[in-house]
Amino acid sequence: MTLTETGSPAAVPAGTPPLLEVDNLHVEFRTREGVAKAVNGVSYAINAGETLAVLGESGSGKSVTAQAIMGILDTPPGFVTKGSIRYQGDDLLQMPEGVRRTYRGEHLAMIFQDALSSLNPVFSVGYQIAEMFRVHRGMSRSDGMKKALELMELVNIPAARERVKDYPHQFSGGMRQRIMIAMAIALDPEVLIADEPTTALDVTVQAQIMALLKELQRERDMGLILITHDLGVVADVADKIAVMYAGRIVERAPVYDIYARPAHPYTEGLLASIPRVDMKGQELFAIKGIPPSLMRIPPGCPFNPRCGYARDICREQDPPNYPVGDAHDSACHFWEEVVDGTRR
Amino acid sequence: MSDPTASAAGVTGTLEGHAGSPPTTAEPGREKPRSLGRDAWEDLRHNWVFWIASVLILILIVMAIAPGVFTSASPTASDLDVSRQGPGPGAPFGYDLQGRDVLARTIYGARASILVGIFATAFATIVGSFMGIVAGYYGGWTDTIVSRLTDVFFAIPIFLGAILVLTSFPSDENTSQVAAYTKVAVALAIFGWTSTARIMRSSVIQVKQADFVQAARALGASNSAIIRKHVLPNSLTPVIVVATISLGGYIGAEAGLSYLGIGLQPPVISWGIAISDAQTYLRVSPHMMMFPIAFLSITVLAFIMLGDAVREALDPKLR
Repeated sequence: MTLTETGSPAAVPAGTPPLLEVDNLHVEFRTREGVAKAVNGVSYAINAGETLAVLGESGSGKSVTAQAIMGILDTPPGFVTKGSIRYQGDDLLQMPEGVRRTYRGEHLAMIFQDALSSLNPVFSVGYQIAEMFRVHRGMSRSDGMKKALELMELVNIPAARERVKDYPHQFSGGMRQRIMIAMAIALDPEVLIADEPTTALDVTVQAQIMALLKELQRERDMGLILITHDLGVVADVADKIAVMYAGRIVERAPVYDIYARPAHPYTEGLLASIPRVDMKGQELFAIKGIPPSLMRIPPGCPFNPRCGYARDICREQDPPNYPVGDAHDSACHFWEEVVDGTRR
Repeated sequence: MSDPTASAAGVTGTLEGHAGSPPTTAEPGREKPRSLGRDAWEDLRHNWVFWIASVLILILIVMAIAPGVFTSASPTASDLDVSRQGPGPGAPFGYDLQGRDVLARTIYGARASILVGIFATAFATIVGSFMGIVAGYYGGWTDTIVSRLTDVFFAIPIFLGAILVLTSFPSDENTSQVAAYTKVAVALAIFGWTSTARIMRSSVIQVKQADFVQAARALGASNSAIIRKHVLPNSLTPVIVVATISLGGYIGAEAGLSYLGIGLQPPVISWGIAISDAQTYLRVSPHMMMFPIAFLSITVLAFIMLGDAVREALDPKLR
């Protein structure tokens, strides 16, 4: 299930398990209204130094997958019903909670969309970063503050020395996200999950934050899982892309391949709906319809009601992952038509 | 896109800078960091209600600790020649039935009120917060059981409950003063913690869902760390307000219990007892009741004013 062949910066010798591997993960939310199948058989893997972008619209299950990896799913109502999440070969889902907690922060860390609400309003940012070292490394308060200052400088907070005792609400959105990143990388995790880290930010600040993430990732050889719905963000940063729809991955490909040769109608639709300068005056393409309710996912291919390629088989048979090319596969019965269609 | 080489250079530069000169504890700098507490203080500083309440409470606390500062008369010396004599030179508040100085007795009575008020509030706040956190944080069955237990206690009015407890375990002459205070305080708090528990529970449920709690969990914080560092500090505000306001209420309740003769017992000096004693002679010697009642009302008012000012300062919605 490893997707590290051509183009990946960190091709790993065969036989070693990938850094993080999600295999056939199923998550459902049991609510009063019924069972919502949020994640239905998601598999992906990531190696050190690699960036995987998980792309999809709201409700496609990308964040839920991340929460399941981190073990911060709200249970109840959320339950992992099937599958495995292996970190360096060890299944996190089989571990007792006490053991699993030691992986969080230390090996796996996560940053969130809204950095202001992700920081505790009653403590200074320096204190909060220092907490990581005090709790996990047993450092003294003053040593922790020293490390906090270093980290704040590492993530390029101007005048960090003066600002180390400031509170989250005194920082701008971009600076808060930098602080969140500083906390997340404090213990040198091997895998960093960024859940829409730039969605709440200005476009210019978005670029800075992405550049910072990329830089830190290279320096520290981290595996980065970037969850986003913004195709623009992905192109510069990611090595490979997984497109999610209705709780499953519909297409996986190296980043250059996805733009050149989308092999799933949904990916194709997403790419067609990006505004382009040379399309001035024309109507922007939109994928018709709305995503299915996760409580009533249609039989067959979940995308079939919105798909221009759909035929009878799509309403009956759930498509397997057809190999399209090198490390590229698509869950579409008619992927060949899709590939040909865009080349036309 | 920012220039990656430029920022990389900045990174290494700062790191080298640190290797050379390890920073001591960071200087706060000119600009003061504004914590929520500091914000609240800025707000309080400009609130006259807060200052009046604080000055009154400060005076009352000094009275409780060192009543001798305010009067040289003894609260226990009695002279029947001056029984029920009204205010006059030497005795600005007059004398009571036993010919004891009303001013002295009123001032010495502050101790009982303040101590019972503080004990009861502390007890109710600690028990209530604990129950509220357990119910709110763990949820599910724990919440159901704790919440129903809270409801059971909530159903019994505080005053009725306290009467029940104090008549079941009455104090007598052999009970020490501290034991007597504690008993009244506990009797009040046994049925008084419920409102704190309810408020704490709802505020914990709110904070528990905050993103920073999930972020902390994602970075490896344990349940106890999350409760101590994230949930408790962020849900304390309404509890502080309730505690301040209810302190006034407990002081009033103590006076009420003592008035009924089941709270504090006579060798102890208390406003409630003084009011009870004065009641019989209200029409002929109103001064005997007026002064303790005035002190009681002002004390309760002061705490309610303080609680109100604190609530205003801590509640961002009222800004």
